[in-house]
Amino acid sequence: MVSSTNNRKLKKFTKYRDVMAEINRKGAAIYREKEHGDQLVINFPYSVNYIHSYANDSKFFLGLADGKLFGSRCAKCDYVFATPRSHCMFCGEQTSWKLLPKKGKVHSWTTCEFGSEAFLRETPYNLALIEFAGVNSLFMTRLKDCSLDDIYVGMPVEARFARKPEYLVRDVWFVPSGSAGRK
Amino acid sequence: MEINRSERAGMRKGKRFGRQVYLVSGGVTKFKKAHPEMDFRYMVKKAYDYAMSDVPSLEKKDIDGSRISYFSDHFTRQLKAASMVQDYLGLNPRGSMRIEWGGATGGESFQSGFEAVASGRMDICLVAGFETMSRVQTWKGNEFIALASDTNYDYPNGGFYSGYYALMVTRHIYEYLRNGKFAHIRDEREAQRLAFREAARLLSMVSVKNHTNALHNPYAQYPRKLTIGDVMSSEMISYPLTREMICTMSDGAAVAILASEEEAFRLTDKPVLVSGVGCGTDTMRLADRPFGEVPLMKHEKKEYYKGLSYPGAHSFRAGRAASIEAYESAGVENPMKEIDFIELHDAYASSEIQTYEDMGLCRYGEGYDFIESGKPFLAGMDYGMRTPEAGKMPVNPSGGLIACGHPVGATGLMQAVFALWQLQGTIGKHFGDATLQIRNARRGAIHSHAGTGSAVTVSILEAVR
Ligand SMILES: [Zn+2]
Repeated sequence: MVSSTNNRKLKKFTKYRDVMAEINRKGAAIYREKEHGDQLVINFPYSVNYIHSYANDSKFFLGLADGKLFGSRCAKCDYVFATPRSHCMFCGEQTSWKLLPKKGKVHSWTTCEFGSEAFLRETPYNLALIEFAGVNSLFMTRLKDCSLDDIYVGMPVEARFARKPEYLVRDVWFVPSGSAGRK
Repeated sequence: MEINRSERAGMRKGKRFGRQVYLVSGGVTKFKKAHPEMDFRYMVKKAYDYAMSDVPSLEKKDIDGSRISYFSDHFTRQLKAASMVQDYLGLNPRGSMRIEWGGATGGESFQSGFEAVASGRMDICLVAGFETMSRVQTWKGNEFIALASDTNYDYPNGGFYSGYYALMVTRHIYEYLRNGKFAHIRDEREAQRLAFREAARLLSMVSVKNHTNALHNPYAQYPRKLTIGDVMSSEMISYPLTREMICTMSDGAAVAILASEEEAFRLTDKPVLVSGVGCGTDTMRLADRPFGEVPLMKHEKKEYYKGLSYPGAHSFRAGRAASIEAYESAGVENPMKEIDFIELHDAYASSEIQTYEDMGLCRYGEGYDFIESGKPFLAGMDYGMRTPEAGKMPVNPSGGLIACGHPVGATGLMQAVFALWQLQGTIGKHFGDATLQIRNARRGAIHSHAGTGSAVTVSILEAVR
């Protein structure tokens, strides 16, 4: 038998903020809304792991673990993509892998003081688009060992690679050229 | 190497799209941080009931079908939520489709409804959109949105849309302020510092304008009297964008009803013609955008953009392509002369300035001067600053996304509804306050935009009476 007193255990709030705090503690609460009356609010979790094949992008991520930065090149268009694409976006031909220089320049940048939940603990962090000599497109990355006051468009930077790869794009990041940070 | 979209689009007014299509009615729920008292179906129902009540001769049985839009299954945690809206409104077994294209979801669904009527498939099409973003905490919501960036190459770096837009405006500032107003400064670092400081002031003007307009819009989530100083000193989110330069997350729904000519004039004395539609796209990754030439509008000349690499990371090529297609189909040759107001996608104050240029309201590089001139402000409104040319081209008279909120799937439709009311001259009736009514507004444009400009729609609406 379900006890008829169950619902009486639920706390009632007129502020939605208080409802959210309560469901974090107890999993359920009542929101007293002026016009529509009592609203039942619960926690409703959801988590999932994906089996993710990098497929035709695999070589790029394997390269990072070897300290190599791969872009791709379309021979027909003579166009080098800093962020690799296995087929050319102009002519559709298959591209070939091409090692990128480890030195480039800041094309644009920002410092994130906030971030998505997954990265909130890492704030503030810098994002940048990097341009390379002889390469037609850009590469998005983190910029480390420098802060808002140091960074400018055109700043020379160089790549650093993780010693222990996560097999994520953040296995590579950039630092100001000559920075003492890890090689 | 690249195809110039303006050459390829080449369409003739009225011909390409089949039948004439009219917007006859609309409804919007108030956009709020959370609507815990209404689920997504109930929200849409509220907007739908409002739209139906504004055209009393329209009965549900006359609706041929629908287009229903929401951006993220992550927010709903309910797949096929559009199907549940169709069900809740009692529209089964009529035809429906769900439309999703990131931030441009609302604009895309509006154009999909347009196509359903233009093609003759439907005489009356209901277009409904919603989003329920309050169902997760704000920073989780930002994560969901960031999953609409490349999850191999972009997201794991610290996926955050405010960061992506900041990357774009940083380059925009460099191209046009550092190499414009501050071109004479030799010291590179000093020149960039000055350019950023100037940009912060000009971006703040956009925020002040839109928040002030919203004071007279009862549907707006975040109306506020702000000063430039308030905006500049609000919390830094992603340099140089502060909190007041960025839209918030919202719950909300909007509905637009589209009809053929015959049905439109049967239903209302004040239908509004959808005279042009345009849609453009660009690479998902910001890093892949090419450095080519600017697709030109009819009123522009090639020499305006000598030496400019386009779009790179600084401009929205999709917005340009969408504008060109929309203007050509509506027969607009010079938007500043032939359009009376624009509701555009200002999720960030920076995108509003970039969009002035994409839509040809000024040349590329003149967006900062455009806001400074006061042109996009409403005439006769007190913004607490000098707006010498106010009223030349009101942009976001409703308050835009920054002040109205941005429940993604509803936003583009909210713009359609506000534009409809402007063109009908019924702002006073629907807002209970006629302050925002633009006098003699005959032609308006609405502009909906997805992640870093990966898709943009522009639709042109015209008063016919
Ligand atoms: Zn090619």
